[in-house]
Parts: sequence; structure tokens; C-alpha cells
Amino acid sequence: MEQKLTDSPVVTRRGAPLWVQILVWIGLLALLVLLGLGLFRAQHPIISIGSKVPDFTLNLFDHYQYQQANQANLASLHGKVVVVNFWASWCVTCADEAPDMEAAWRFYQPGGQVVFLGVDYTDVDSKALDFLSKFEITYPNGPDLGTRITPIFNRNIAMPETYIIDQQGILRFKQIGPFQSVAEIRAAIDPILSGR
Amino acid sequence: MKTKHIILLAAFFILVALSVIPGGVVLAQKPTPSDDEVNAIARQLFCPICENTPLDVCPTQACHDWRELIRQMLAQGKTQSEIKQYFVDHYGARVLAEPPRAGLSWLVYVVPPLAFLIGVFLLFRAFRTWKQLRKEPASATLAGPDPAGEDEYASRLEEELRKRR
Repeated sequence: MEQKLTDSPVVTRRGAPLWVQILVWIGLLALLVLLGLGLFRAQHPIISIGSKVPDFTLNLFDHYQYQQANQANLASLHGKVVVVNFWASWCVTCADEAPDMEAAWRFYQPGGQVVFLGVDYTDVDSKALDFLSKFEITYPNGPDLGTRITPIFNRNIAMPETYIIDQQGILRFKQIGPFQSVAEIRAAIDPILSGR
Repeated sequence: MKTKHIILLAAFFILVALSVIPGGVVLAQKPTPSDDEVNAIARQLFCPICENTPLDVCPTQACHDWRELIRQMLAQGKTQSEIKQYFVDHYGARVLAEPPRAGLSWLVYVVPPLAFLIGVFLLFRAFRTWKQLRKEPASATLAGPDPAGEDEYASRLEEELRKRR
């Protein structure tokens, strides 16, 4: 009788060892987390209104200086209102906005309480310099080398964009698209300058 | 004799001047690189503005400017790797059609072949199991007890169970 029991067909299924299964699941989970983080990062900027803006350094184009240096560092501008304008020579609306930005800069420059920084986004240097020369832009301007500054503010930037940072380094205002007039630029800066 | 020496010396200096100054400039100038030469590099780069568009086929003004920049750099004698490095320095590694083999980008090169190998292994195991499953019922019929014996065993078992009730 025992012989008959052992003769019955028994299908044995050998699974992978437990440690292999655990490793595979951990690997899959890690990949999913990485993918999720990547997607999240691709959709969200590093900062939003009310956030402290991380420090960055803008290397300026030749012939541009800020306080006798060829670079401008955000941390060193603490105590001033900083207007960060993203532009490019290939951007048509940036050309519309450029004269107003320069006029606004010339209005605030004597007071010394507001600093304008022009960040040239993915551009050819020679074209960018032609653009700056054409619109006689005098405020500090430089290329976003390696596209390191732009993602702090917006990962999917729509040119031009302007961000205004208060005296404590907090982002207070953002303008997606061009300003339409000097008055509009002043209306954005003045409340931040007066601490309202 | 003296005049002959002076003429020879003058001719020598003129030759040296002609070969060094204007000739050098002409030699340094390279012919304008063709579109094919430019595109050979451009297709290894992606437009930094319009996502997922290779630079050689991108129709925007910005991409046209970048292709012209590649042409200028080729005319200056820059190598392909120098030009690509310039683009990475200026616009970031995202412009490369082939991600750099560094940091998390390594996953792009490691995960697909690894997933493929794991898939092949799993399929191999599955096929082997299915093959065994197809063989075993046939072998069981041949080597196992005959149906009559099976019935006898079952009837004895049922009888034993009945007695116990």
C-alpha cells in the first residue's frame, strides 16, 4: 500500500530561493520609486512663491560686471530686491519686453535697493550679445551655463519669465510671459520694495 | 657678384615672408563644413528647448543657430568631442542623445539588458516546467498502478472508513 502511495504522480514545483525573490522585489520597488521621483521632479519646480530661493551664481557675459566682479551671486545680494529675468535671443516676446526691462532697471538703479539679473536661457552667445547690444541692456546679464539656474524656478520655462525675490531671499512674485509696460514691472516691484 | 648675393638674399626673404605670413593664414582656414558634416554631430545632440527633437531635424530658429554654431566650430578645427562638450557645458547633459555613463544615467545602460536576461531566464524556467508537466501524466500512466488496482485500493479504503463510522 505504501508502495502505491509513492507511485502516484506528484508534480513538484521549485520556486526561486526566497532571497532572490526578495532582491527582485526590492529592485523593482527601487526602480518604481526612482521613476516616480523623476516624474515628480520633471513636473515641479524646486521653489514656489514664499519659498527661500537656493543660492546660485550667474557668470556674466564679457563687458558686464556687478560690483567689479564678472559674476553675480544671489547670497551676496541679501538685503536687496532681486529681479531675475529669463530671456533668449530666439524668443520674440523677450524682444518686446527688453526695452521695458531696461527702462525699469534705469529707474531703480540709482536707489541701489533693486538689482536686475538677466539670465540667458539656452542661447548662442554671439546671438545673445547681439540682442543685448540691440536693446542697450545695461543690467548684469549672463548665460545659464549648464542650465543650472532655470530649473530652480521652472523646469518647463515659457520665455520670458521674471521672478522677484525679496530682501530676505524669499520668492515673492513670478511673471510667466512678458511684462507689457514699465508701469507693470514697477507695480510688481514696488510692494516688495516697500515690504508690503 | 655682390649684387647677385643681395638679389638672392632679397629673394630668400621674400619667399620666407610669403610662405609664413599669407600662406599660414590660408592654411589655417578650413573649407566651410557641409550640412552632412554638421548634421553628423547635430544628430547626436537634442534640442535643449523642444523636447525629444534631435538637433539635425529641429525646425526652430534656435536649432538653426546651434547648427550654425557647430559649423563655425568645425571650421575652427574643433573635434566632435570638443563640440559635444561645449554643448554639455552650456546647456547641460540633457542635450546629449546618448546619456553620459555616469551617476543615475548608468541605469539606462544596465536595467534594460538586465531585465532582458531576467526575462529570458524566467521564460526558460517556465518552458522547462511546462515540458515536465506534459511528460509526467504520460509517464505516470505507464509506470503507475493499473486502474483496476487503483479501484481496489479505493474500495478497500472506503470499506475501512465505513467500518470506523
